[in-house]
Amino acid sequence: MVVRLAVNVVRFIVTFFVATVAVFALMRAIPGDPAQISLGVNASPELLAQTRREFGTDRPLIAQYFDWVSGLPQGHFGVSFVTRRDISDMIADRVQVSLILVILSMIVALLIAVPFGTLAAVRHRRTSGILISGISQLGVAIPGFLAGIMLVVVFAVGLGWLPANGWTPPGQDFGDFASRIVLPVVALASVQGAILTRYVRSAVLEVMSEDYLRTARAKGLGKLEALVRHGLRNASIPVLTVTSIQLAALIIGAVVVERVFVIPGLGSMLLDAVGNRDMLSVQSVVMVLVAITLIINLIVDTLYTVLDPRIRKQA
Amino acid sequence: MRRTKHYRLAAAVLLAAAMSLTACSAGSSGGSEAKSAGKTSLTVALTGPPTNLDFTRTAGAAIPQALMSNVYEGLVKIDQDGRIQPSLAESWTLSDDRKTYTFKLHPGVTFSNGEAFTADDVKFSLERVKTGWVSSLKTKMDVVDSIDVLSDSEVEVKLSRPSNAWLFDMGTPVGAMFDPSGVQDLANKPVGTGPFTVESWKPGEAIAMTARDKYWGQAPKVKTLTLRYFADATATTNALRSGDVDVVYNMQAPELLPTFESDKSFQILDGTSNGKVELTMNNKVAPFNDVRVRRAVMYAIDRKAVLDTAWSGHGTLVGAPVPPTDPYYEDLNGVYPHDPGKAKALLKEAGAENLKITFTVPTRPYATAVSQIVVSELADVGIDATIETAEFPAVWLDKVFTKHDYQMSVILAVESRDLLTAFNNPNYYIGYDNSKIKDLAQTADAADEAGYVEGMKKVVRTITDDAAVDVLFLFPNLIVAKADVTGLPKNSVTEALDLTAAGWK
Repeated sequence: MVVRLAVNVVRFIVTFFVATVAVFALMRAIPGDPAQISLGVNASPELLAQTRREFGTDRPLIAQYFDWVSGLPQGHFGVSFVTRRDISDMIADRVQVSLILVILSMIVALLIAVPFGTLAAVRHRRTSGILISGISQLGVAIPGFLAGIMLVVVFAVGLGWLPANGWTPPGQDFGDFASRIVLPVVALASVQGAILTRYVRSAVLEVMSEDYLRTARAKGLGKLEALVRHGLRNASIPVLTVTSIQLAALIIGAVVVERVFVIPGLGSMLLDAVGNRDMLSVQSVVMVLVAITLIINLIVDTLYTVLDPRIRKQA
Repeated sequence: MRRTKHYRLAAAVLLAAAMSLTACSAGSSGGSEAKSAGKTSLTVALTGPPTNLDFTRTAGAAIPQALMSNVYEGLVKIDQDGRIQPSLAESWTLSDDRKTYTFKLHPGVTFSNGEAFTADDVKFSLERVKTGWVSSLKTKMDVVDSIDVLSDSEVEVKLSRPSNAWLFDMGTPVGAMFDPSGVQDLANKPVGTGPFTVESWKPGEAIAMTARDKYWGQAPKVKTLTLRYFADATATTNALRSGDVDVVYNMQAPELLPTFESDKSFQILDGTSNGKVELTMNNKVAPFNDVRVRRAVMYAIDRKAVLDTAWSGHGTLVGAPVPPTDPYYEDLNGVYPHDPGKAKALLKEAGAENLKITFTVPTRPYATAVSQIVVSELADVGIDATIETAEFPAVWLDKVFTKHDYQMSVILAVESRDLLTAFNNPNYYIGYDNSKIKDLAQTADAADEAGYVEGMKKVVRTITDDAAVDVLFLFPNLIVAKADVTGLPKNSVTEALDLTAAGWK
């Protein structure tokens, strides 16, 4: 257990620093000069040089890289030369928004996926099972933003039941927060729910063909009872894996839904920063995402050992 | 035993979710504040947020749009018809040699940090343009020779040569008045003499302003003013329909207008702007270094059809890079009527038949909208244009603007009175040979008002005759608002969005 954790921590650190090099290099490889963007049209060469000096983008790349990386362990991202704000503050604001949106959506998605996926597996030869499969297939094909736009057209603009977009922090006005988060969560959760339903279905189907389940049936347990007592725990491992991957992907992948619903999340911040070639902000947001992903993996890895004693024994 | 473990896991997940919910207090986009404040507040939806609040160091129209008139003021201001009006200066005189302006300042003016506004601040602000600004706009103050403080309320500005453009520029961002003790953090905390102060700013989301108690002029109609920024036009109109915003300013999707036109609870204002949708041709490289090819393009394109197709007919056909609110405007639509036959003849004469060109289109709604029809009209006269998209602003600025690596492009030029910036500069990306207009422009700027207008008209006609650029149409300033909102500025004459008179019926 301790060795496993130590290996994970080392892997975490190595991955993190490989990622710093990758994102730093990538941001320098794409065309576009932040000084040029800041000055806009009509900028003279002298002004450009002055602005590059001020931004620090005229210094050697190695120096720029080490200045940035050396602040990371303490969580110092520096001040964005584009917004002239502390990047840590901006990310702290945005990451809360993204986490609320994504975690709520994933909870709702799981609440849809687990019962329906199991049902689809148990009744995979019957109409209801095929129907669930079909609907989930359709759900996977619909992009989140399209679901979002449809929801806005029907429930906000058409019926006027809910606000069309915007964000209010729950601490400020919970009622307003709740009314604004419903549509984006539904938009994200419907798609994620469909994806997860398919994984739950195939995981349960696989478990159902296992010997131990046949043995449980032979002992006199009903199909569903055998599945609930002996099968679901085993089926939960691949579902957990997929959920964790989707969770990490969604923190930034929710950006399109963020745009549709005008939600100030991390994805929108990243998109704006790339547009302005705000190098420091882009690098910082990406590193936060890398860290979140690695932390999720670490947690999931630990959860495996809780769920499955065999994995515990291996380590 | 097994069961309790399940419960424990479930409880942990719920707890984590609950914690992440309650831990959050930041990140508002201001929707609820606007709603609860009722009729003493106004929320305006805009597209294209400012990156920071310091227009002395960051270019673009977004910052002055939000702050000029509302937070910052100049000695003069430009009214809805493009005329110069007194603002912080009650009155001014011009010497006989047209080189010395003496401004008499309005008494009792204070900055939002409590400091009094005096002639020293005028000297400070104008000198700071030359020394402290990191902006291409600073060249507009090059003509200033010296600034003398005559008394607390009188200041004298000497120009190195007479200039008509200078006084107009004093009503634009370069003329904004600053307090020496208020310029430390302009990017986050603007300090001006205007009727509003910036209460909070969330990058990319919203600027909230509150009315000042001690404003020298006419108090604004609302106590709080919120500017909310949206990524696209549909989100702005959705927010208007669901009541989150009161006004959508400079609406970017005219195809959405019909649904509001039929609805009594909304009003639509269709004003003019400085935004010129310009089909630019690189005057320095083939094939557009030949004036005949450029003229052929002018004849080839049916600008009325472009306007109707791309922007639902909203906007103004002007025929030259000058909006009707400029004093030297004249209708030049007749110079190049739509005439494909003439275009073909010109191309044949220039030996440029079966021309193949690259058309670099920035990633902006207006550009995408006009590009398809422009390509098809060019095809009608035998010009085969291939569209190449360029991410705006980063890639477009790098490739087209800085490296001049393009043949044809399209851009919305939004700056007010930028005719000479663009065409009296051979190093500009359009590459117009300015030798014919250089002296004309200089003489016009130094002349009296009538001479200025006449001289500048000649400049415009020369540029048009040379087919330096094809101005497809003038961008409309479309505003959709709740029916009972009043005092909105219909035209966009300078960068400023002046909301000091906006209120409710």
